[in-house]
Amino acid sequence: MQAFRKLNGLVAPFDRSNVDTDAIIPKQFLKSIKRTGFGPNLFDEWRYLDHGEIGMDCSQRPLNPDFVLNQPRYQGAQILLARDNFGCGSSREHAPWAMLDFGFRVVIAPSFADIFANNCCKNGILPVVLSSTEVARLFAEVDAAPGYCLDVDLEKQQVKTPGGEVFSFAIDDFRKKCLLQGLDEISLTMQHVADIKTFEARRMLDEPWLFSG
Amino acid sequence: MNDKTLYDKLWDRHVVRCDADGTCLLYIDRHLVHEVTSPQAFEGLRLANRRPWRSDANLAVPDHNVPTTDRSAGIADPLSRLQVETLDANCSDFGITEFAMNDIRQGIVHIIGPEQGVTLPGMTIVCGDSHTSTHGALGSLAFGIGTSEVEHVLATQCIIQKKARNMLVSVDGQAGSGVTAKDIMLAIIGKIGTAGGTGYVIEYGGDAIRALSMEGRMTVCNMSIEAGARAGLVAVDDKTIAYVKGRPYAPSGELWMQAAADWQTLRSDAGARYDRVVHLDAASIQPQVTWGTSPEMVTSIDGRVPDPALETDPVKREGMQAALAYMGLAANTPIAEIHPDTIFIGSCTNARIEDLRAAAAVLKGHKLAANIKRALVVPGSGLVKQQAEVEGLDQVFKAAGFEWREPGCSMCLGMNDDRLAPKERCASTSNRNFEGRQGQGGRTHLVSPAMAAAAAITGHFVDVRTLEV
Repeated sequence: MQAFRKLNGLVAPFDRSNVDTDAIIPKQFLKSIKRTGFGPNLFDEWRYLDHGEIGMDCSQRPLNPDFVLNQPRYQGAQILLARDNFGCGSSREHAPWAMLDFGFRVVIAPSFADIFANNCCKNGILPVVLSSTEVARLFAEVDAAPGYCLDVDLEKQQVKTPGGEVFSFAIDDFRKKCLLQGLDEISLTMQHVADIKTFEARRMLDEPWLFSG
Repeated sequence: MNDKTLYDKLWDRHVVRCDADGTCLLYIDRHLVHEVTSPQAFEGLRLANRRPWRSDANLAVPDHNVPTTDRSAGIADPLSRLQVETLDANCSDFGITEFAMNDIRQGIVHIIGPEQGVTLPGMTIVCGDSHTSTHGALGSLAFGIGTSEVEHVLATQCIIQKKARNMLVSVDGQAGSGVTAKDIMLAIIGKIGTAGGTGYVIEYGGDAIRALSMEGRMTVCNMSIEAGARAGLVAVDDKTIAYVKGRPYAPSGELWMQAAADWQTLRSDAGARYDRVVHLDAASIQPQVTWGTSPEMVTSIDGRVPDPALETDPVKREGMQAALAYMGLAANTPIAEIHPDTIFIGSCTNARIEDLRAAAAVLKGHKLAANIKRALVVPGSGLVKQQAEVEGLDQVFKAAGFEWREPGCSMCLGMNDDRLAPKERCASTSNRNFEGRQGQGGRTHLVSPAMAAAAAITGHFVDVRTLEV
């Protein structure tokens, strides 16, 4: 996994709550058996005026000029500013894959759906939870200042505005360590093979019917 | 003092080890696999030269991409076909049991688990699918995971997780006749909101939940994710044990006696404490219909589409306005004056035999209303389909004008050919009314099977309890 330490990046505002993973990456693109190449189809049904299918050349498709990520001022954005319950619905990891492929490394929101936030952390995307008031402030600032960038520092667990204001955020120690170092979780778990085997042996005695199949 | 909730008990039984910050390694008893969220995980195993930790803990089935029409010629869409063939090849290479497309046991992964006794009380169960919460109806801790975690479970039989908080949703008293598990769950989501369960595992209790059949409890737990919860749970009781007994993968003989005795302990202790408790009065729940693009946008059949102008929170107001624009609905429209074009009875929420019986009971002797352009019934598994045919339900559906299909996820998400056209309005027994979920531009109203059937014969949403059936 790509490590995440700190980033100064352009912010794109996504002013809508309960954005679901069906919207982030629609079902037809889930037929791919790869992890990469989903970026051009991120938010496909909102982003383009035609119906998208897998394998289409997206550079030739008509863009929806009203869609926020199509506006010139947000080109190259690496930080998505969002509202409550971002990433709800389906567990599809294709959603963070599409966001990463598009160029996002940070999503800031007052709350995230559980599975989505988890999937982000496993792909080098940092989900930052700030209060609704702080997020509302950031929406207003982004709107007022084209080229608005934020400093996100995972080590310090801080978001810093261009005006020098600092917002702190919480993150689990384990997630933080994995993101900072870009760790492979399977390799980490493999360090505990003996523990798993001991547990499993005890479980076979306690609940043998689970191992009879 | 030491009283535990059901979730506490299930969690404690499966902890392999914990770090100081509460991050734990949780042992997984059962891993269910489907074709959409697994190919990249198997590829990861291959690249790292790893094998599954315990092949026999896995069960795979193709469900999202399979056609629900005649399958004798295979899958026409080359991408869908490749994804299903990739699952077949991965299961063969890694020694994983698969119910392949033409196996009578094939069906929607969350239907076949309980049906086969692959889902057992007391288990931890994961699947790369958010509706894994369904299996909590049997007193197992079951939740959806992403593809990285699918690979992690395949490789280590464990998952890395912090414990969630405990919530009790108690549905007190008796639900009225004609009010189903789906109505109860939609009412719960309407009350706590689509993020109301975020960070929690929800245990459903109260007399109205105890009174539900096992299949009804599965419908409730299924939509836990629509309330944002990590998992849903119902305590084990005699109904649970009776449901599991004799199923193909359930234990038998002496092991059954041991297991059944152990499972009786899978309920919250009397003094167990929850971080949050929510009460609903079952008697006040009416048949539910969603009007918007989030499952929390729901009201009773006798209600009206709400007016965004009355909403004071500007973010919520804009969300409601966007939903009404997408749904093509005006504020204050009576729900009973909404006319669907299409009826979909299916999905991991409502495609079990009792669901089909409930719909057929309403349809019997009736025909689709003139404005209904198409109506699909997609049984949840080959065995559900077979049972329905034994009971003659297929004839009832066909006589009413429904198409009788092969099992799969179908129009719940339209990864196969079963999709809504833009602006097509659907009364659907599925779980998500998100924009584009059933097809780009499609308009979904979530309802129970009986309410879908009632809309099918009258041409508009109607309180099924007022029909003479």
